Amino acid sequence: MDAILLQVLNGLDKGGAYALIALGLTLVFGTLGVVNFAHGALFMLGAFVAVVVNRLLQIETVKLDETKLTPWGTPTEIRTPVVQDWLGDFGAFLVQYSVPLSILAAIPVMLLVGWVMERGLIRFFYRRPHAEQILVTFGLAIVLQEIIKAFFGANPIPLTAPDTMSGSANVGEWFGLGAGLAYPWWRLVYLGFSLALVALVLGFLQFTTYGMVVRAGMQDRQTVGFLGINIERRFTVVFGIAAVVAGVAGVMYTPIVPPNYHMGMDFLVLSFVVVVVGGMGSVTGAVLAGFLLGILQSFASMNEVKQVLPGIDQVIIYLIAVIVLLVRPRGLMGQRGVMES
Amino acid sequence: MKLDRMNRRLFLKGSAMAGAGLAMPTILTSRARAQDFTNAPKGSSVTLGFNVPQTGAYADEGADELRAYKLAVKHLNGEGDGGMLNTFSSKALKGNGVLGKKVEYVTGDTQTKSDAARASAKRMIERDGALMITGGSSSGVAIAVQGLCQESGVIFMAGLTHSNDTTGKDKKANGFRHFFNAYMSGAALAPVLKNAYGTDRKAYHLTADYTWGWTQEASIKAATEALGWETVETVRTPLGAGDFSQYITPVLNSGADVLILNHYGKDMVNSLTQAVQFGLRDKTVNGKQFEVVVPLYSRLMAQGAGKAVKGIFGSTNWHWSLQDEGSKAFVKSFGQEYGFPPSQAAHTCYVQTLLYADAAERAGSFNPCEIVAALEDFEFDGLGNGPTLYRGADHQCFKKVLVVRGKENPESEFDILEVYDEVPAEQVTYAPDHEMFAGGNLGSCNTGGA
Repeated sequence: MDAILLQVLNGLDKGGAYALIALGLTLVFGTLGVVNFAHGALFMLGAFVAVVVNRLLQIETVKLDETKLTPWGTPTEIRTPVVQDWLGDFGAFLVQYSVPLSILAAIPVMLLVGWVMERGLIRFFYRRPHAEQILVTFGLAIVLQEIIKAFFGANPIPLTAPDTMSGSANVGEWFGLGAGLAYPWWRLVYLGFSLALVALVLGFLQFTTYGMVVRAGMQDRQTVGFLGINIERRFTVVFGIAAVVAGVAGVMYTPIVPPNYHMGMDFLVLSFVVVVVGGMGSVTGAVLAGFLLGILQSFASMNEVKQVLPGIDQVIIYLIAVIVLLVRPRGLMGQRGVMES
Repeated sequence: MKLDRMNRRLFLKGSAMAGAGLAMPTILTSRARAQDFTNAPKGSSVTLGFNVPQTGAYADEGADELRAYKLAVKHLNGEGDGGMLNTFSSKALKGNGVLGKKVEYVTGDTQTKSDAARASAKRMIERDGALMITGGSSSGVAIAVQGLCQESGVIFMAGLTHSNDTTGKDKKANGFRHFFNAYMSGAALAPVLKNAYGTDRKAYHLTADYTWGWTQEASIKAATEALGWETVETVRTPLGAGDFSQYITPVLNSGADVLILNHYGKDMVNSLTQAVQFGLRDKTVNGKQFEVVVPLYSRLMAQGAGKAVKGIFGSTNWHWSLQDEGSKAFVKSFGQEYGFPPSQAAHTCYVQTLLYADAAERAGSFNPCEIVAALEDFEFDGLGNGPTLYRGADHQCFKKVLVVRGKENPESEFDILEVYDEVPAEQVTYAPDHEMFAGGNLGSCNTGGA
């Protein structure tokens, strides 16, 4: 029972990350009709916004101590953190909470990145075949990750959650399963955060006029245009929103997996499978499929399951995708006419 | 009368043929000598091929290897302070290149992929005329490139490769490994683990699913089971899994009280960080403190795990804080050139270059077979690992192994590990036909000549 609960939590956590990336992917596809392979790179860029914020908060002044030498004969460096020096306890607080605070920086940065990406490159490919869109966005993703690698190196960079959220929560007691069952606080925070973000985006699309127009545009871009609405501009905004969602998901993910330049690619393929299983262009489908595949992947990794089906943990997602596509060719919640001409 | 037939024309024909016949052996031998072996150096320089990961997850380690190679080339050509040439027990090298020829180099990118590594090695051999290939940061790559070098008739001096197979079932006469291996990690760690954690432990392995992971799992399992430990479970994880939570949570309920992470690089950083997040190190199981062990440490990459490495045991081939003359000379030379201390990958690559050059100098030839003969059963000292033997039977170096532990109070970003024990070579030595290394055959050296 304990093991099952833990795997459900793992699955929800993983699913949260998949859902947030897939959500943006499917939104961009549904609105702009673009298959954006650079979407994983946006997740990675978000994570590196957190790295930059952390580094800025920990800027140090370096003085050389000529009297003490390193083993290789250069003077030792005396480093004093600037922010803590200036702001005292408040500075220490800022450093502690650098990851959640990075969200504030990530929102404008990712909006800008999304805007530049859409206006500068992707809009030229709206009416081009999907294969060309995939090639150009995949190329863009490689360029972005190589830029990040040039500045930050290939090794993972550790970022920590605030001390108050870095231990483990006693989830066993919450569910009446005994005291021994613990789960990291930050992963629970991440789960709550992803659920809230998904609700926010779905709510925006469902309950605001702006969202309603966007949904109408997804259904029939031409008619909305005839009604005198500049749907193109709204779609650009949607692209920006998708970039922000991926970016802040990346920020919050950094204490779970130390960010490295390749983390976007690691998620990209899985997120595409999630979108396909959920149904191309379906926002709720993407979210549902994200959580579903996350949970199934976690269960497939249990030793009891692997004893029966060795290696199942590495193929389960693709196996499910094959089954779903055979039974429901348009995905779980896909609609007629999407990507079919 | 018959002599009358010998007219001028016939005589000329005959003497031309005789001349050609006499000259033939010399033409053949001189051609044969020039092509005696692949890429025999013709001019006043020799070319070495440095095949390191310049892109991909191991790019930083590859960059450090390349720094070490460049430094080695400088020292061989008599530039800089000479580094470990001054402490090396063999004094054959004089700082005037190798056999009087200036050392030059070309580089290739392995991308940490076997096919890419073979392609770049092939390019360096066929197009750039590289006489020796060295480098790499993965056992899969090392084994692939070693095979290629054997076929092509050039020497392969392995970089960072820790799988038993490199000098075990996949060993080759043209290939040499200075780095230690998984068996040695197990043999070195076992007594330390026994002292620290006792003989009644239950271990759970998470293992990277490729040649290195498998051999390390087998080695550590054998070494710990010999102590009386029980192996509860061994679980293979895909390379680059990123989030290991689904593999870590089953550990919590398995009854195990030690987690052994047979992961390297990014996988190690992720699995260790997450194991600590899941509170494994704060748990008490079977009345004992839960422990984590990382059998192969990379100081360069352990930086990525931050505080999670504190107090965790592992092993390394070399560490910059060693105080022997060789290590001090190398750290000084490298640090002054680049501003930070070298990694163990940089160390092994630097040493391999010096060993190759020294072997050529002693052999008086770049012929691979003569270099193989010079390296086999060669004993040396002064290169940072104490007295070392390059065993002829399997082309593996035998030297002391370092058991290290994550430092509690690091003084700098490089000061992550502390050397806990220097395990003598005798304790990690095994017979060439040990079961973990059996099945392979060195074969005979290949010069690549006709």
